[in-house]
Parts: sequence; C-alpha cells; structure tokens
Amino acid sequence: MAQATEARSPVRTGPPKRGISLNDPMVRSVLWQILTAGLVGLIAWYLISNTMENLARQSISSGYDFLDRPAGFQIGEQLVAYGPADSYARAFLVGLLNTLKVAAIGIVLATILGTLVGIARLSTNWLVAKLSAGFVEMIRNVPLLLQLFLWYGLLTEGLPGPRQAMEPVPGVFLSNRGLKIPGPAEDPAWFWIMAAFGVGVLATILLSRWNRARQQRTGQVLPMGWIGTGLVVGLPLLVLIAFGGAALDMPALQGFNFTGGLTLTPEFAALLFGLVVYTSAFIAEIVRSGILAVSHGQTEAARALGLSEGKVLRLVVLPQALRVIIPPTTSQYLNLTKNSSLAVAIGYPDFVSVANTTINQTGQAIEGVASIMAVFLTISLALSFLMNWYNTRIALKER
Amino acid sequence: MTDRPIRRGLRMLGAAAAFTAAGLVAGTAHAGPTLDAIKQRGALQCGVNTGLPGFGNPDSQGKWTGLDVDVCRAIAAAVLGDPNKVRYTPLSAQQRLTALQSGEIDVLSRNTTWTLTRDAQGMDFAPVVYYDGQGLMIRKDLGVTSAKQLDGATVCVQPGTTTELNLADYFRANGMQFKPVVIEALDELNAAFFAGRCDVLTTDISGLAGIRASVAPNPDDYVILPEVLSKEPLAPVVRHGDDQWFDIVKWTVYAMIEAEEYGVTSQNVDEKAKSDNPSVQRLLGAQPGMGTALGLDDQWAYRIVKQVGNYGEVFERNIGADTPLKLERGLNALWTNGGLMYGMPIR
Repeated sequence: MAQATEARSPVRTGPPKRGISLNDPMVRSVLWQILTAGLVGLIAWYLISNTMENLARQSISSGYDFLDRPAGFQIGEQLVAYGPADSYARAFLVGLLNTLKVAAIGIVLATILGTLVGIARLSTNWLVAKLSAGFVEMIRNVPLLLQLFLWYGLLTEGLPGPRQAMEPVPGVFLSNRGLKIPGPAEDPAWFWIMAAFGVGVLATILLSRWNRARQQRTGQVLPMGWIGTGLVVGLPLLVLIAFGGAALDMPALQGFNFTGGLTLTPEFAALLFGLVVYTSAFIAEIVRSGILAVSHGQTEAARALGLSEGKVLRLVVLPQALRVIIPPTTSQYLNLTKNSSLAVAIGYPDFVSVANTTINQTGQAIEGVASIMAVFLTISLALSFLMNWYNTRIALKER
Repeated sequence: MTDRPIRRGLRMLGAAAAFTAAGLVAGTAHAGPTLDAIKQRGALQCGVNTGLPGFGNPDSQGKWTGLDVDVCRAIAAAVLGDPNKVRYTPLSAQQRLTALQSGEIDVLSRNTTWTLTRDAQGMDFAPVVYYDGQGLMIRKDLGVTSAKQLDGATVCVQPGTTTELNLADYFRANGMQFKPVVIEALDELNAAFFAGRCDVLTTDISGLAGIRASVAPNPDDYVILPEVLSKEPLAPVVRHGDDQWFDIVKWTVYAMIEAEEYGVTSQNVDEKAKSDNPSVQRLLGAQPGMGTALGLDDQWAYRIVKQVGNYGEVFERNIGADTPLKLERGLNALWTNGGLMYGMPIR
C-alpha cells in the first residue's frame, strides 16, 4: 500500500508506477535484501540448532561455568600472580596480559624499526638504500612462522646452558633460559625515582606547550630535545644520587636455574623479534610510499628556506606523509596483534595458547573459541578506533 | 560422500572452525552411522600422533607404524577386510579431541589417557591398549636421582594433556616450584629439551622411552627418573552416540587380546581355525554369529589376527624388547601372566 501511495505523490519524478511490480527497482532491492537476510538467518539458525543438537547428543555441557573452576596447569610467564590452584578465569587474564604485552611492545618497536628502514631505503647512500631494500624483500617474503622457528632455534640452540651462561656485564646473564638482568628490590628509593620520572615527563609536556606558544609569539625556540631528555632522565638520576643508590635484586645461579632479577625468556624474545622484524618490513614500505607521496617541490622549498635535512624530514615531509601512512599502518598494527597468536608454536603462553589448553582440559571448545574471537575482536576494534581518531586529528584540515 | 570437500576445508581452517561447522558434518553422521560412512568411503579415518616412535610414527616413505597405528589397521581389517584401507590424520595433543568430536576422524588412536571428564564429555573409550604412567626424563650429568630434587626446575611439557595437569599437581603436592615450557608440536618440544631449554621432559614413560631411543643425540646421556607421577591408561576413543561403532572398536581390541590368550598368531591362524576349542572357533568365525552381532561378517577377528596379529605380536613388533624402545610387558602382560590385559569373552 505504501508503495502505491508514494507512487502517486507529486514529489516523485520519473516514470509513473503501477502498484507493486517486480520491475520496480525499489521493490526489487527491498525484496533481495529480505531474501538475503532471511537466507543468512536460516543458515545461522541451521548451524546453531545443529550444533546445539550435536552437543546435546554427545552430552557436552555448554556455558561459562568452568571459568570458576581451578585450572590445574601452570603458566610459564605471568604479569599477575598465578598458580595452578587459580581459576580458569585467572588463567585467561594471564594469557590476555601476555598477548597485550607482546603486542604493545611489538607495535612500538616495529614502528621505530620500520620508519628507520623506510627512510633508509630512500637514502642517497647506495649501500644503505640497497641493504634496507634487501632486508625488506627478504623479510616480507618469508613466512612469519618460519622466522619464529628460526629466532627460537637461534636462542635455544645457539646460547649456552644456565651453568655456562655468558656474563657480558656483571649481574647480566645470557643463556638459553633467557636474558637475566638485575631488577629493583624492595627499597623506598625506587618509588621516588618513579615519581621523579613522572614529574620529568609532565614538565616536558607543559614546557613544550609553552615553547610552542612562545614560538608563535616571538619566533624563538628552545632546544626542547635536550631539555626534555634532561628532565626525563636527569631528575630520576638526581634522586638516585640523593639516595646514594637503590637496592637491586641480583640474579644468581641456584639449583637448576637463575633466581632473582628480571627475565626476558627465549619464548618472549623470539616472538617479539619475529613480530617486530616481520611487521617492520611492511611498515618500511608504507613509510617509503608515504614519503614518496609528498611532492618533491615541498622538499625543495624547505631546502630553499635553509632548513637542515633533519628538519626537512621532521617538519615538512613526515607530517604530510603521515596522512598516507596512518591508515595502512593501522592494518599492520592489527596484523601484528593477530600474528601474536603464532606464539603457540614456540611456547609463549599468549591468550590463544591458554585458551587452547583450557579447551582441551574442559572440552568446552565453543566457549573457548568464542573467547578467543571476542578478545581479538575487542583488541582490534579498540586499536582501529584509536588509530582512526589519530588519523582524523592529523588529517589535512581545509579551511 | 558429500561431506568430503567440507572436511577438507575443515582441516585447513583448523580445529577452531571445525567445531563451529561441526553441525554440518555431524549432521551427516547422525543420518547414517559411522560404519556406513566408512564402508561408503572405503577407508577408515584414523587420528594418530604426529610422530611418536613405537606408537604412531611415519617412516621416510610416509608409511605409518606403531602400536596405535596397528589398532587402526586392525579396525580396518575387521570392517573393510584390508588393514591398509586407513587414512591417517596426524593430530597434536590440542587438536585431537576436537577432531574426533567434529567428525573429522572415525576413531582416535593416539596414546590418549582415559579420564572421567573426557569420557563424560562426549567421548567413549575402548579398552586400554597400553597401561602407562607419567615419567620425567633428565640429563644424566645433572646428577638428579629422584623427582623430589627437582625444585626450581624448568619442565618441557605438551599443552592440553593430562600430563600437564599431573605435573602441576605433583609439584604442588611436594611443595616445589617449576617453570613450564609448553610447546604444542612434539618435535619442537623435543628439540627444545635436547637443546637444554628445559631441565626435564615429561610425558608417558613409554613416550619418553621412544623419544630417548630415536630423537636423543646420545640416548645414554638421559635417564628416566624412578617416580611414576600418575596412572595413564591409553585407549582408543570414539565419539559418543554411535553404540554400534563403539562396540566394533571395543571388540577389535578384545579380539586381539583374546587371540593372544588362545595362542592364535598371524602365523598359525589358519591352522587354529580348524581347532576343536569352541572359544577359538567362535573367535575365528568357525562357529557363526559373533560377527553378525556386531554388524560385521564372521571372519572379522580372523582377518584381524591374520593381517595384523594378536596383541602380543603387535606389542613385540612395535615397542617390545627387540625394538629400540625395549619396553617390558609389565602391566601390559596378559592377566594369566600377572598383567592387566584381559579380553572379555567372545561368546
């Protein structure tokens, strides 16, 4: 009916319509959409009802009740306290934090390395340009899993056992159990050092704002690089000297392995190296294309103003290149995060690894896989949202 | 078979996707029982280890051998009349149960421990084919003689196994700490252990013997500690819900044990078929009725013994004293010899 009334309305232009007809593109498009939605719904209903029926027939219980039960397995690396007596929920949290840790550090390092390689590939120095081109081509074209096995093999087979550990600097041990460095021990000094660091960061931010405003007014600039470094590094150093040093927890060989200190395990190191190197090759290409996208006239104009090469890159080229770089780089960040699930292959206990083990111990595959999907979807959407927000912020604003 | 392309797709998508799509495959299985599907396909789909010497291991020609593999062959001999009509699906510890539940395989014969949770959660266990226990292997030169001295050790273990749980239980019960290194692929895990990434490798004692015999750079450098951490009854598994198929797998194992008990071997089976012993007559189909009860023909057990051998033969061929594994019969001797192997009466 609605169609018929609308057809008579004088606002509409075009040929007159005679009721509901399959020749009407409007009717057809609505019809197709209803059909498609119906088909998708039907398939979903079929899959779900079939799965439920099969689960019931094989008497597999469903639901998330298992999360409260004790997990019973140990996890090799943990950012929060965890033991086999803790619940599956806690185990999931440990796995999630491990995934976030490797993804966060990986993204930062891959960005730095990728940007450097990307710029190096455009260098006028023949050797530097060719070396970075070779790096990009080699890394990009070898599957990540193979690279992970390579890194892990190098770290475990190449390094000596804990009793023959290398000690390049006193207190630092390198063996196939990982890199051991002294860590902070119980000492009030550490709190004040961290506080000084926070103050340094805050002061740098405020000062650079003031500096920018001052530059607008007077054209004068402060050497912010040096001042910032001084504040961020110098302040904690001063506190350290004032306290006369802070207590350290030194690693020591005891029994089978080292105790005390901080550990960088071979599993984490191999996964991090692998992800950073692999992703950086892609980011390098993105950075290169971004820089090439900036018209050469801009570089020439900047040089004509007498800016140094560093300033040309930092003030003129990169800000314009970022607009091209950000969207594809976002995809690379997402790839890195998702690729971190390859950790299973080399024994790093990331979320997928913990969830897989849980599936095996409880038999609750649907819940486990749904959790994995939910976790990666959430991380990816959050990352993508953040990057899109940044992209809009730095986008060219036409006024 | 309409589900073959689906199945191939499933393998590629991995266990996770397999389960979501389980509805499709299992739906087919519901319509016709497993036996019909196998007959139509002309092959048994058997899930085995990715490579455990003595139990399930492909040789350089890709031919599978081992105790678990011979169980697959025996089932194929009973059902299809040819022990070679088996398609092997190598499965990691984490993939195996999902692969069975999703219908990717008909039977899982892959040193899987019979536990209450697994039995109750959608699976049925056939009789135990190897009574095992969890052990710990360590380098001899570390001078460790007992598991009680392992406080602070790093332990290599496969994820998603009962082994992983027993390990945590054992250290907790003895007030000791350990660091696990869990790697899914068995060969990667072994490599990490032999490279010294961990002090201890733990799995079933038979598995340790197999790894030491065939993977260790120098087998004499490694020692299996005396402690047995757990009971590990290893048995073939089928999906819950197809009783006929469950019976066939169950009685295939019993037939192998019964054959050994009556002294029927692959060598003398034709001669024994003429025997006057009614038990042997029933086993070998000279007296009709036993096969048809299972939905097979009466020669089913005859073929198992003729083409694959009895339990004792299979044991000695794969893991016995003359193999690199050199395992004793121990608990796996017949009940008449003080072991636990006891075939239910075929009558």
